[in-house]
Amino acid sequence: MGSLKKNGGAILSRIATNDHHGENSEYFDGWKSYDKDPFHHSRNPCGIIQMGLAENQLCLELIEGWIKDNPKASICTPEGVGQFGDIAIFQDYHGLKEFRQAIAHFMGKARGGRVTFDPERIVMSGGATGANETIMFCLADPGDVFLVPSPYYAAFDRDLRWRTGVEIIPVHCYSSNSFKLTVEAVEWAYKKAQESNKKVKGLILTNPSNPLGTMLDKDTLKNLVRFVTRKNIHLVVDEIYAGTVFAGENFVSVAEVVNNVDSYEVNVDLIHIVYSLSKDMGLPGFRVGIIYSYNDLVVSCARKMSSFGLVSSQTQLMLASMLSDDRFVEIFLTENSRRLKIRHEDYTSGLKKAGITCLTSNAGLFVWMDLRHLLRDRNSFESEIELWHIIIDKVKLNVSPGSSFHCTEPGWFRACFANMDDDTLHAALRRIQAFVSKNHKIVENSSDSDQIVQSNNVKKQKWKQSNLRLSFRRLYEDGLSSPGIMSPRSPLLRT
Amino acid sequence: MGLPLMMERSSNNNNNVVELSRVAVSDTHGEDSPYFAGWKAYDENPYDESHNPSGVIQMGLAENQVSFDLLESYLEKKNPEGSMWGSKGAPGFRENALFQDYHGLKTFRQAMASFMEQIRGGKARFDPDRIVLTAGATAANELLTFILADPNDALLVPTPYYPGFDRDLRWRTGVRIVPIHCDSSNHFQITPEALESAYQTARDANIRVRGVLITNPSNPLGATVQKKVLENLLDFCVRKNIHLVADEIYSGSVFHASEFTSVAEIVEIIDDVTVKERVHIVYSLSKDLGLPGFRVGTIYSYNDNVVRTARRMSSFTLVSSQTQHMLAAMLSDEEFTEKYIRINRERLRRRYETIVEGLKKAGIECLKGNAGLFCWMNLGFLLDKKTKEGELELWDVILKELKLNISPGTSCHCSEFGWFRVCFANMSEKTLEIALTRIHEFMDRRKRF
Repeated sequence: MGSLKKNGGAILSRIATNDHHGENSEYFDGWKSYDKDPFHHSRNPCGIIQMGLAENQLCLELIEGWIKDNPKASICTPEGVGQFGDIAIFQDYHGLKEFRQAIAHFMGKARGGRVTFDPERIVMSGGATGANETIMFCLADPGDVFLVPSPYYAAFDRDLRWRTGVEIIPVHCYSSNSFKLTVEAVEWAYKKAQESNKKVKGLILTNPSNPLGTMLDKDTLKNLVRFVTRKNIHLVVDEIYAGTVFAGENFVSVAEVVNNVDSYEVNVDLIHIVYSLSKDMGLPGFRVGIIYSYNDLVVSCARKMSSFGLVSSQTQLMLASMLSDDRFVEIFLTENSRRLKIRHEDYTSGLKKAGITCLTSNAGLFVWMDLRHLLRDRNSFESEIELWHIIIDKVKLNVSPGSSFHCTEPGWFRACFANMDDDTLHAALRRIQAFVSKNHKIVENSSDSDQIVQSNNVKKQKWKQSNLRLSFRRLYEDGLSSPGIMSPRSPLLRT
Repeated sequence: MGLPLMMERSSNNNNNVVELSRVAVSDTHGEDSPYFAGWKAYDENPYDESHNPSGVIQMGLAENQVSFDLLESYLEKKNPEGSMWGSKGAPGFRENALFQDYHGLKTFRQAMASFMEQIRGGKARFDPDRIVLTAGATAANELLTFILADPNDALLVPTPYYPGFDRDLRWRTGVRIVPIHCDSSNHFQITPEALESAYQTARDANIRVRGVLITNPSNPLGATVQKKVLENLLDFCVRKNIHLVADEIYSGSVFHASEFTSVAEIVEIIDDVTVKERVHIVYSLSKDLGLPGFRVGTIYSYNDNVVRTARRMSSFTLVSSQTQHMLAAMLSDEEFTEKYIRINRERLRRRYETIVEGLKKAGIECLKGNAGLFCWMNLGFLLDKKTKEGELELWDVILKELKLNISPGTSCHCSEFGWFRVCFANMSEKTLEIALTRIHEFMDRRKRF
């Protein structure tokens, strides 16, 4: 009882008081800077450009147009209000049948029609954030391990671990082979975990990859499926970026592999897919997360758990209608791929002019930039953070340092390119080009950089001391709407 | 290697059945309880006024369908979705679609705060910055439990309680529920003795108690918790240094507003922060507004740490920005909300009176209730044996013979047998009359034997 009387107030749980929510990380410095000085074409042209947010804003006007043309998909319009009553009371965790059918259909189309998905296996969740957490609750006990190839999406630390108690162990990938995931690397990580007496329950990976923007080739995927089957562990593939594959490229979903591997080589009870409309369609606000499992028990369990994160029936109705409109879906998916490809080329060719190369990629909303040549010390993460602060403070871009994705090699940075309009992208490129031509190597201006490092340290101290109340919502709520510009967001979203 | 060639691609992989988690294989989801068995019977043979008039009438679902027309006519006139996008400088569709900030739309939080204040007749104020949004009260209750208690700790919950708590508070959190036993001798109110006894039971079993969780107004009792009892509860929590969670999901469904005391009213007049900081309120639009499909739940806490942590955790269960946007407009229309709250209360009261009088005519008494979407009916006198089995036998008879799905008290962990929860707001008046007729006929038949 004595421990309860801490400072006279009833204390909170261990989960509440540990820092697995991830927000104490120094990686939020970039966000804080952006929030204080956000770029705007006319109002703040020297502000920081947000390149740390993996959002897809390229095709929203297509969706808006569809909604305007289809008033019946809304329960608020005169044409649609007749459905209000039925929709408002619908809280069945199976979800609206039309919604499941439309999602299954859309998922198939996003994979070029090469696979079909069974609507009965579609389970809802609170975004992919909710889906990833739920699948962990279904598959692993506290203390169990899931392997994750690195570099990986920073918020996995929170989503997979925080409330579940599951441990994640990275499977490191290296620039020497273009960060490709190999089965050997997975085997090795698996063995090492076992040797430390840890119970590995599965492997989880994002394909296409965040932050790399690359896709697994068919053979590797097949071999991974064979590997997990041999070891009798689960494979969770987060295919949230499946529809962001650039025009002309082919994405191989694990669903395809399941159909194409000999049945004795794959135990389908081990295969689970996570999906969402947040990236492909650019609708993160609507919280549409999907778990798709080939394991009946997992479908059943995840469905029960979905009570904790159902998709609003209002949103289900609208999307059921939209995604079963074949014509719209085809146009959307084609345009999306096309615009992403162009945007990607635009950005990478601009970077090339500044002598900056990126990992060759063919999907996603970002590039994986190689800035190793700009580091003071190629082997030091301190150098990476220094460079990052310089990029924020001098170049005025918020990009994400590779270490925040648990990359083992310093000098890689993720830059997002789909959350802004063309003008902003070009403004960002101009700044990069200007910076590179002025500062050929950081070490040549070591006195400047020392001052920058010092002042950054002072800034860090101030932030830690002052317990800043962050006003991420400020611009949005002040009603400043700017067509192509990101409004501030809370830090720990799907970045 | 090592796998037989003729292995079937199915889950009948008995040699190597892959393990799921302990949480996944437990039955703490609660769906094997009779509470849900009745639903299945209903699903198989649902009553319909014209197509299936002898089907099972669903009286086990606490839904509010009595005031939809008010919502529909509001929407028809105002279209709070489309008309708001892009007009008067309001954020457009694009911004809304991208908005995933776990703080939630400020306009929506303000509208919720104002709505909650209206329900309490202005007797308490709510700060929009203390409102954390979750996808339904289901998520809110689970989330709070994750924050307030560790696995194997306990929350004390007065019986009878909402069957869903077994899942929401315990399943994934690993937290236990220790019941605070209440009985009809004092209308099931929570007594200081019952509180102490529950606390002691936990301590004797070496279980750490982290808080008390009540529903006010109560589900399944359909009655408000008296002010004195609330004050005692808060005292108790202070003495034991534990939390107090009040799920006020039915606060707008109290028939006479003056009869409801929110825990917020009690906290407001307290200056001592260490007292306030242990109080947390859960709310939702699923019952008062009848919008369970939209998944709108909130946590309101007087504890900054809890607000901050809950907000971060809400990432797993945010409210659709499309829904926030629509409801922000609707709920900030104070003329509409005032009218809605008033008419809704009135209609629920009339429904309640209809069912209670109808049951009385059949010789059946109910607990005196003043809120909610259900009544708490006493059929103890019909039981051969006042046991759980006796109660479930009677329940089965009611389901199979009368074709009424009502909820047996044992599914609500009631320690007295023979009580049943009967919902009345999820059907038309005509259906309610038919249900009452079936009960009359049943009671008549019994009298003859």
